[in-house]
Amino acid sequence: MLNYDLVVVGGGPAGMAAALKAKECGVDSIIVLERAEALGGILEQCIHTGFGLHYFGEELSGPEYAAKFIEQVEKTDITVKTDTMVLDIDGNNLVTAVNKADGLLKIQAKAIVLAMGCRERPRGALEISGTRASGIMTAGTAQKYVNLDGYMPGKKVVILGSGDIGLIMARRMTLEGAEVKVVCELMPYSGGLTRNIVQCLDDFGIPLKLSTTVVETHGKDRLEGVTIAQVDEKLQPIESTKEYIECDTLMLSVGLIPENELTKNVGIGIDRITNGAVVDEMRQTDHKGIFACGNVLHVHDLVDYVTLEAQIAGKGAADYILGKCDNEPCYVNTTTGNGVRYLVPQKVNINNKEAVKLYFRVGRIYKNAKVILECDGKIISSKKKVKLAPGEMEDVVIPADVLAGMTPESSIVVRVEE
Amino acid sequence: MCYDVAIIGAGVIGALTARELSKYNLKTVLLEATNDVAMGASKANSGIVHAGFDAKPGTLKAKLNVKGCEMMQKVCRDLSVPYKKNGSLVVAFSEEEMKTVQELYERGLANGVPDMKVLNKDELKAMEPNLSDDVFGALDAESAGIVCPYELTIAATENAVTNGVEFRRNFKVESIAFEDGVFSVKSAEGEIKTKYIVDAAGAHSDDIAKMIGDDCVELIIRRGEYFILDKAVGNMVSHTIFQCPTKMGKGILVSPTVDGNLLIGPTAEDIDDKHNTATTADGFNTIKTYSVKSCPAVSTRNAITSFTGLRAHPVNDDFILGPSKVNSQFIHASGIESPGLTSAPAIAEYLTDIITSAIGEVKKNDEFNGKREDVFRFRHATDEEKMTAIAKNPAYGRIVCRCETITEGEIIDAINAPAGARDVDGVKRRTRAGMGRCQGGFCGSKVVEILARELGCEINDITKFGNGSNILFDKTK
Repeated sequence: MLNYDLVVVGGGPAGMAAALKAKECGVDSIIVLERAEALGGILEQCIHTGFGLHYFGEELSGPEYAAKFIEQVEKTDITVKTDTMVLDIDGNNLVTAVNKADGLLKIQAKAIVLAMGCRERPRGALEISGTRASGIMTAGTAQKYVNLDGYMPGKKVVILGSGDIGLIMARRMTLEGAEVKVVCELMPYSGGLTRNIVQCLDDFGIPLKLSTTVVETHGKDRLEGVTIAQVDEKLQPIESTKEYIECDTLMLSVGLIPENELTKNVGIGIDRITNGAVVDEMRQTDHKGIFACGNVLHVHDLVDYVTLEAQIAGKGAADYILGKCDNEPCYVNTTTGNGVRYLVPQKVNINNKEAVKLYFRVGRIYKNAKVILECDGKIISSKKKVKLAPGEMEDVVIPADVLAGMTPESSIVVRVEE
Repeated sequence: MCYDVAIIGAGVIGALTARELSKYNLKTVLLEATNDVAMGASKANSGIVHAGFDAKPGTLKAKLNVKGCEMMQKVCRDLSVPYKKNGSLVVAFSEEEMKTVQELYERGLANGVPDMKVLNKDELKAMEPNLSDDVFGALDAESAGIVCPYELTIAATENAVTNGVEFRRNFKVESIAFEDGVFSVKSAEGEIKTKYIVDAAGAHSDDIAKMIGDDCVELIIRRGEYFILDKAVGNMVSHTIFQCPTKMGKGILVSPTVDGNLLIGPTAEDIDDKHNTATTADGFNTIKTYSVKSCPAVSTRNAITSFTGLRAHPVNDDFILGPSKVNSQFIHASGIESPGLTSAPAIAEYLTDIITSAIGEVKKNDEFNGKREDVFRFRHATDEEKMTAIAKNPAYGRIVCRCETITEGEIIDAINAPAGARDVDGVKRRTRAGMGRCQGGFCGSKVVEILARELGCEINDITKFGNGSNILFDKTK
């Protein structure tokens, strides 16, 4: 059995930033376990730019953004095991992992940072009827085929879902000579970043059909076409609007699901909306010594915010390991008010002396609205926003002095006012 | 070269019959039209080992069901196929339906079904607390079980091949001629000669029979749609839950699968096109409506996939087994709808008896070994077994499918096995890589890579399920 102070599960942007921060905070022995063959996570296949604008102040590609962290990790004595899959975490922070070289690994950790990322929602979850021909895949899988393997997964493409990966792939496939016929979005708004709609669809004349979905797939061997239809307010397809579109590929970009199988096995509490762990402001879960950050905690819009969050978790894990943690935290839950789908962290330790930033997403598009933070019935802040969209993460800060004045009975509410 | 027996169709009937025939010194070939075994009804059915109370007493269905149910456990053990005797419940929702339950009980007794009991509501709810409060009672048949139908077919084929049966895939029979006591079976892939034919071509067995001028096989193609739900809800019920049968079949069931998922379905809809395995919005709605009647907590929000199976319903409502009236060397194995999977081991014996009796002097195959070599399943292995396996073959230390914890070593084994996987779906059925909640989102491309490497081809040659279902086009610019 191996012993490490900190085991980081996942070597993507979240795992690397958490490990680096913990190292910086003085944690001695750290191991990062990554299931892919290299560090970097999903960034490795994201060869488009747009990463790092907030964190580094420059526009980088995914691999470039990842490389900056990989280089830093390599300069430290952090142990990295790639091609290594974590199979289990038990209630005593014993991690079981496996790889080709070591076989089965048992690692006893003082603290664990969960940074497993997320996966794409597959077709099966969507109830699209029709055949099960080849050529139906998630946008992320298609991205891997094009960017890493160098093969075209399709020539005439329909994309369902306007999540960012779908938008990015619409442009990527077009640049590679494919014809992207349409991007359909079930909701009346896109789930992606505005900048991606402009740069990936509008600039290439690819139509985005809102309130439209794919209802049926056709073709016995390879996909031959799809039937699309507009949906009503209850998101049910409208029969009279059905339209057949010839295509050989259907790409799905219909949502990301945090990969919390390990988390659930430990018995850690999961937020029903984020599908990630319930955490405090240090990103500690309800299991002492286990922290979570990045897309495994909640799906982020920008990797820059993943990095920032992972640094919080890394510092939290370091404090825990070094005995600097508050052993008797006094938690107040954060509550979603009107228009707010979720809040992370879900609870805040009011003994904390520092300001806490809450991240959230709204449930629909708002124009000229206000984001209001209300503590104990008192409006603490009211921030005007020209636009709020479900595709973009928002944040609001609870100032340190407000926290200082709170009691266990206090309330923290974030809401949107039109 | 002339075969003694050619089996047309590598479904569960063809595969188990091939294995049964390999107990004798016979030259047997198993011909399959597609790129893999179990590509018809055998890969898309409920996977239920029925107790045997449904069929009318005296029918082949009744006789072979009860016998097959008895045989299944041993067959599965020998072939290293997961099987679970979980029992089944036919649930009644009214006094009227309780009469049906009673009738089924009595029919079961007549058919020789063991371990049956009629339960009242309280007994039933105590056994299955997640059933609806509207239940009145049920028929409990403890001999019923669940099995993975395609795994059984794969394992039986593998074992048959190990015991000397030849397997030919992509051999789509186009015509059959008969001369001097020998059949010539033609396909685009070539021609073979054989003394006997077993027509186990499932939904296409009527077409095969017509090739020798026998049009007595009358089938109605019945489409059945299903949902597979996530393992998170796999233990909602422990028994297979049926509703009272109608003339279209056994109705919508809710059942655990042997792999730990929850299965709901099938619908029953007669269709004209025997290639039409599409799912439909209407089918989805029917499954939802009826499955919640049994189990209110069932929700397709937990669905990980849906599929359609086609069952070949014989017009006379019984299996069609035995020599053709046109040519006694042509043996029918048609109309194998439910309880066909359960009956399969018994049908294989039944057909083999017919053939060996017809041939007369047939020696036993002394080298026959009915045990399939153990298949290493990382997810079921103990820590010690895992360590030993990885030390022997490091590929068992690389997880390819995260959701189901399937290693590269298992995928390589599946490709290199007798009658091994040649496409992505073949790997999936043999190993479960891609069967989990992400449905191959992560591992699909890795499986493609491994297939290309093991088969010595380019990754854009790899298909999802054979001819024309390629996954990738040309290289990027």
